[in-house]
Amino acid sequence: MDLLPLFQWCYNTPVGEAIRNSNWMFAIIEAFHLLGLGFLGGTVLMVDLRLLGVGLRKQPAAQLWAATQPWLVGSVVLLFASGIPLFLSEAIKCLYSFAFWVKMTSLLLVLLFTFTILRRVVQSDFASDRPLLRRSTAIISLVLWFGVAWGGRWIGFS
Amino acid sequence: MSLLSFFEQLAELPWSVELHESQYAYSIIESIHVWTLCLFFGTIAMVDLRLLGLTMRGVPVSELARRVLPWTVAGFILMVITGTLLVFAIPVRTYQSIFFRGKMLLLVLAGLNVWLFHSRVYPKVAAWDADGVPPRAARVAGAVSLVLWSCIIFSGRMIAYNWFDCDRQPQLAIINFLTSCAPASGQ
Repeated sequence: MDLLPLFQWCYNTPVGEAIRNSNWMFAIIEAFHLLGLGFLGGTVLMVDLRLLGVGLRKQPAAQLWAATQPWLVGSVVLLFASGIPLFLSEAIKCLYSFAFWVKMTSLLLVLLFTFTILRRVVQSDFASDRPLLRRSTAIISLVLWFGVAWGGRWIGFS
Repeated sequence: MSLLSFFEQLAELPWSVELHESQYAYSIIESIHVWTLCLFFGTIAMVDLRLLGLTMRGVPVSELARRVLPWTVAGFILMVITGTLLVFAIPVRTYQSIFFRGKMLLLVLAGLNVWLFHSRVYPKVAAWDADGVPPRAARVAGAVSLVLWSCIIFSGRMIAYNWFDCDRQPQLAIINFLTSCAPASGQ
C-alpha cells in the first residue's frame, strides 16, 4: 500500500502549512503535548504502581482506575489534539521515520490493551489473589507506554 | 568571579565539550529528562489534583503523600541530575537563555510552595485527611503547584529555541537586559 499520497495530503493541509510557516506555533503546541504526557504519566502510574504493589496499597485498583479515568481520557484527548497538528506539519518526515511507526504501533497496542485486558484485570475481584497476573499486566502497560514515549522523543532526533 | 565567567570556564572542561559533541549521550540524557516528566510531574500532578478535590476523593491525602510522594522525590532527583548534565553540555548559551533563567526563577517559587505546604498546611492534615475537598489552604497549594510546574515544563521546552539568543541581534533592549547580553555596537 502506498501511503505517500495520504501523507502528502496531510502535509499540505492548511494546519500543517500554518505550523511550518510559523516561528513559534510548533514550539507552543509541543509544550502542550509535553504537558499532556506528564498528566498521562501520572494517571497511568497511579494504576500501574498499584498493580505492582509499590504505589497506593489500601485502595482497590478498581477504585483508582475509576477515579483517575477522566484524567486519563482527558490527557489522551490533549495528546491527540496537540499531536495531530504536529504530525500534519511534518507528515512526510514521519512517513520515513522508524521512530514514528514504533510510536504509532505502540500507541494502538497500548490503547487496546488498556481498555480491554488491563481494565478487566483491574476491575476483577480476583486481581488481588493473582499477583503474577497483576504485575505482568502493569509491566506490559508500562513497556507499551514507553514504546510510545521512546518513539515520540526519537521522531525529533531523526 | 562573575557568573558568566563561571559558565565560560565550565564550557572549557573536556567533559563538557565531550558531552556537547557526543553522538548519543546528549540525546539520551535529554530523553531521560523528558520521560521523567511522567514520573515527576505525573505523580505531583495527581497529588495536586487530589488536594483540589478533583480526583481520588476516596483516598486519604496522607495515604497519597506516604505512598506516592516518594516516587515524586525520585523523579525530582533524576530531573536534577539529567538537567544539570544538560547545562554542563551547553553552559554559556543556557546561562544566557531567557527561558532557562525564567525556569530557575519558577523553580525557586515552586520550592517555596513545597516548603510552605509542608511546614504550614500538611502538619494539620489529620483534621481533613479524608475530606473529598480539602480546605482552602491545601487547595491553593495544589493549584499553585500545578500552575508553577506547568510553566516550568513550558519554559524548559522553550530553552531549545534560539529566538532570544545573544548571537541573534537586534533584540529589544529589555531582552538583552534579561539575558545580560551586551551585543557589539553596530550589529
